[in-house]
Amino acid sequence: MATTDMDLLRFATAGSVDDGKSTLIGRLLLDSKAIFEDQLEAVEATSVSKGYDYTDLALLTDGLRSEREQGITIDVAYRYFATPSRKFIIADTPGHVQYTRNMVTGASTADLGLVLVDARQGLTEQSRRHAVILSLLRVPHLVLAVNKMDLVDFDQEVFDKIHREFTQFATKLNVPDLEVIPISALQGDNVVNRSEHMPWYSGPTLMHHLEHVHVASDRDLIDARFPVQFVVRPKSDEFHDYRGYAGQVAGGILKPGDEIVVLPSGMTSKISKIDLFDKEITEAFPPMSVTVHLEDDVDVSRGDMIARVNNAPTPSQDIDAMVCWMTNTPLQPRQKLAIKHTTRTGRALVKDIAYRLDVNTLHRDQETKELGVNEIGRVTLRTTVPLLVDPYSKNRTTGSFILIDEATGVTVGAGMING
Amino acid sequence: MQGAAWHDARVTQTQSDYRLSQLDQLEAESIHIFREVAAEFEKPVLMFSGGKDSIVMLRLAEKAFYPAKIPFSILQVDTGLDFPEVMETRDRWVARLGVNLVVASIDDAIKNGIIPDAAKISRNRLQIPTLLNAIEENGFTAAFGGGRRDEEKARAKERVYSHRDEFGQWDPKNQRPELWSLYNGRLHEGEHMRIFPISNWTELDVWDYIGREGIEIPDIYFSHQRRVFERDGMLMSETPLNPLRDGEVVSERTVRFRTCGDITLTGCVESTASTIDEIIDEVAVARKTERGATRGDDRFSEAAMEDRKKEGYF
Repeated sequence: MATTDMDLLRFATAGSVDDGKSTLIGRLLLDSKAIFEDQLEAVEATSVSKGYDYTDLALLTDGLRSEREQGITIDVAYRYFATPSRKFIIADTPGHVQYTRNMVTGASTADLGLVLVDARQGLTEQSRRHAVILSLLRVPHLVLAVNKMDLVDFDQEVFDKIHREFTQFATKLNVPDLEVIPISALQGDNVVNRSEHMPWYSGPTLMHHLEHVHVASDRDLIDARFPVQFVVRPKSDEFHDYRGYAGQVAGGILKPGDEIVVLPSGMTSKISKIDLFDKEITEAFPPMSVTVHLEDDVDVSRGDMIARVNNAPTPSQDIDAMVCWMTNTPLQPRQKLAIKHTTRTGRALVKDIAYRLDVNTLHRDQETKELGVNEIGRVTLRTTVPLLVDPYSKNRTTGSFILIDEATGVTVGAGMING
Repeated sequence: MQGAAWHDARVTQTQSDYRLSQLDQLEAESIHIFREVAAEFEKPVLMFSGGKDSIVMLRLAEKAFYPAKIPFSILQVDTGLDFPEVMETRDRWVARLGVNLVVASIDDAIKNGIIPDAAKISRNRLQIPTLLNAIEENGFTAAFGGGRRDEEKARAKERVYSHRDEFGQWDPKNQRPELWSLYNGRLHEGEHMRIFPISNWTELDVWDYIGREGIEIPDIYFSHQRRVFERDGMLMSETPLNPLRDGEVVSERTVRFRTCGDITLTGCVESTASTIDEIIDEVAVARKTERGATRGDDRFSEAAMEDRKKEGYF
C-alpha cells in the first residue's frame, strides 16, 4: 500500500459544530484509521474531565488552547487521511461569518468543497454563504451533505426539498459539479457505508464520492504558464555555463522545442531542455517544479513569466478583481498596498470599490465605499509593475494575488481577477 | 539501486496521462517553497536535527537547486544528548552536499552565560533559547523546520510561513492568512520566519519518499539490538547520560526508534523492521502517533507542543 502512486484530493469543509462537522470529520478519520490511539485517549480524557457523557470529537480538530476553551473552531486546521487509492487533505474551516477569511483561506487550495446542513433546519443563511464562497474561490466540485437524517426519520421528502432548494440556488453560482448526499455522521449512514435506512437514495456514499470524483481535468493543460521563481546558476567548474529557470508550472504543457515568450519583456526564444532534478524530461505540466532552459541568452529573472508565443497573458497595470478583505481596518479607495502575484511583487493603489457583495443574498451593494473585515467586493487596482494575469476563472494560480499591508507586513487581502 | 529505478518509472508513467502521484505533488509543493524562500529571504537557514524529516528536507533542498549547491547553511542545535549514529549520518550528508554547517551548542550557550545552567530544566527546553540565540547571532531571517501538520494538533494549525516576533515567539491566534501558494515573507527588523516545507506530508509519506529516493537515514531507525530500560511506559536507551532510577532494570531487546531526539527523552519501540518496506508496513498499521509513543517531551500536557512553539520551539 505505497502512497507513491496514489492520487491527491484537497477538500475544504465548512459548517459549525451544530451541523455535525466535527463528528463527520472525526468519523472519516476514524473509519479510515487516521486517528491514533493516543489521540483518541487524549480526547476521551478531556471529555471526561469536562464532564461530557460522550467523546467530543471536536476536540480532535480544535487544536489551539483558546479554541478548546471556547469550544469553537477559529482557524483553519489541516487533517490527513488516506484510503488505498487516494490521499486526502482536509482544510477544516470555521463556519461563522466573522471567520469568513479563514474559510476563504481553506477554500483557496481546495479541489472540492463540502457544505454541511442540518436536515432539521434545511438551508440556512450560513450554508448559502458557504456555497457562495466556495463558488467565488472556483472550487470545482461541491458536495452538499444533508446531515442528521436520523433525526428526520430518514425521510426522503425532507431531503428532496433541501436538494431542490439548493440546486435552484446553485444556478446563480459557478458550480460545475454538484453532489447532494443524505447522511448521518453520528450513525455513519452514507458516510463510508451505504445506509440501510435510505433505500430511496441511489447515489454514492460520501467516501465513495470523495474517492472517485474526477479532479485531473480541473487543471488547465492548454495555456502554458511558467512563473520564474529562481535562476539556477551553479558557478562550478562542472556546470560552468548552466543557466536554468526554476519554477512550478502554473498551466499548460511545456516541451523542449516550444517557441516561448518571456514576459513582460516580450523577448522570444525556444525551450532547449527541461530538468527535473538530475534528469531531462520531455514534458512538464502542473503542478511540477522543474528547471527550464532556453536556447538564447535572453534576460530572464524572478517575477518574469514564460508563456507560448501565441498564447500569453497580457501584461497589465490595471487590475479588476473580487477581493476578500481580511483585517479590521477597512479597505478604502486611495489606499496603497503591496501586492504579490505569482512570483512578482509590486505596489498597488486602490482606484475604486465598485460594490460590496452580500455573501448571504448575492446582493451587490454599490452604496458602500469600503470593505470591512471578512467582506468581499469588486475592486479596481492600479499597480506599479505590470502583472501577467489570467482571469481567475481560467487559472487559479495566475488569476490570484494577495495584498499586504506595507506597515505591518500582514496579509490583508485576497484577490481573484475578473475577466 | 532501488531509488533510481523508482525515479525512472515515475517519469515514464506521468507523461502518459499528465497526472502526478500525491507524493510527486507533495515534492513539487515543497520544492516550490524552498525556492520561494531562497529567492525572497536575505539569509535563510535549514534547521537540521538529523532525524528522518530533516533528511527529507535536505533531499528536497538538494533537488530544488540542483546542480547548484544548496544556497543556505544548515543549523544544528547540539544538545550534547544526541545519538552518535545521528551525528555520523549528519556528517556524511554535509560532506556529500558540501553545505555549510553551523552548530549551536547548549553547552557553549551555558558556558557563555546565554542560558542559565539549571539542572532542572530539560535539555529539550534549553534548545529554545540556544536556537533563538543562534538565529539572532547569525542574522538568519528564515529557518526551515521539518514540522508536519499531521504530527500534533497545534501543528495542524500552523502556516507554511510561520511568523516569529523579535522574541522568537509564535502567536497562534494572530497568524497571517495563507492563500493559494502565495507566501508572504514580509518581516520587520529582528523578526524571523519559520518555514515548514513538508507541512502537508504524513509520517507514511516521509517513509515512502525515503524508500523511493534511496537516501541514507540514521541506523537507529532500523531494527537493532539495544540495552534498554522502561520509564514512563517507554523503552529508553541505556546511556551514562541518563542514569537509572530506582527499580529500573536494563535488558537487551530488538528495537528501533521512530523519532530522533534527545537520547534521554526519546524512547524506542520493539520492532523487527529492518528495511524501509518493513518500516512502512509497520507505520501503516501503527496505532499510536510517533510523538505520543516515543517522545517524553510531548507528554506533559495536552498543550505541551503549543506552549513550546509559542516560546520559539521548532
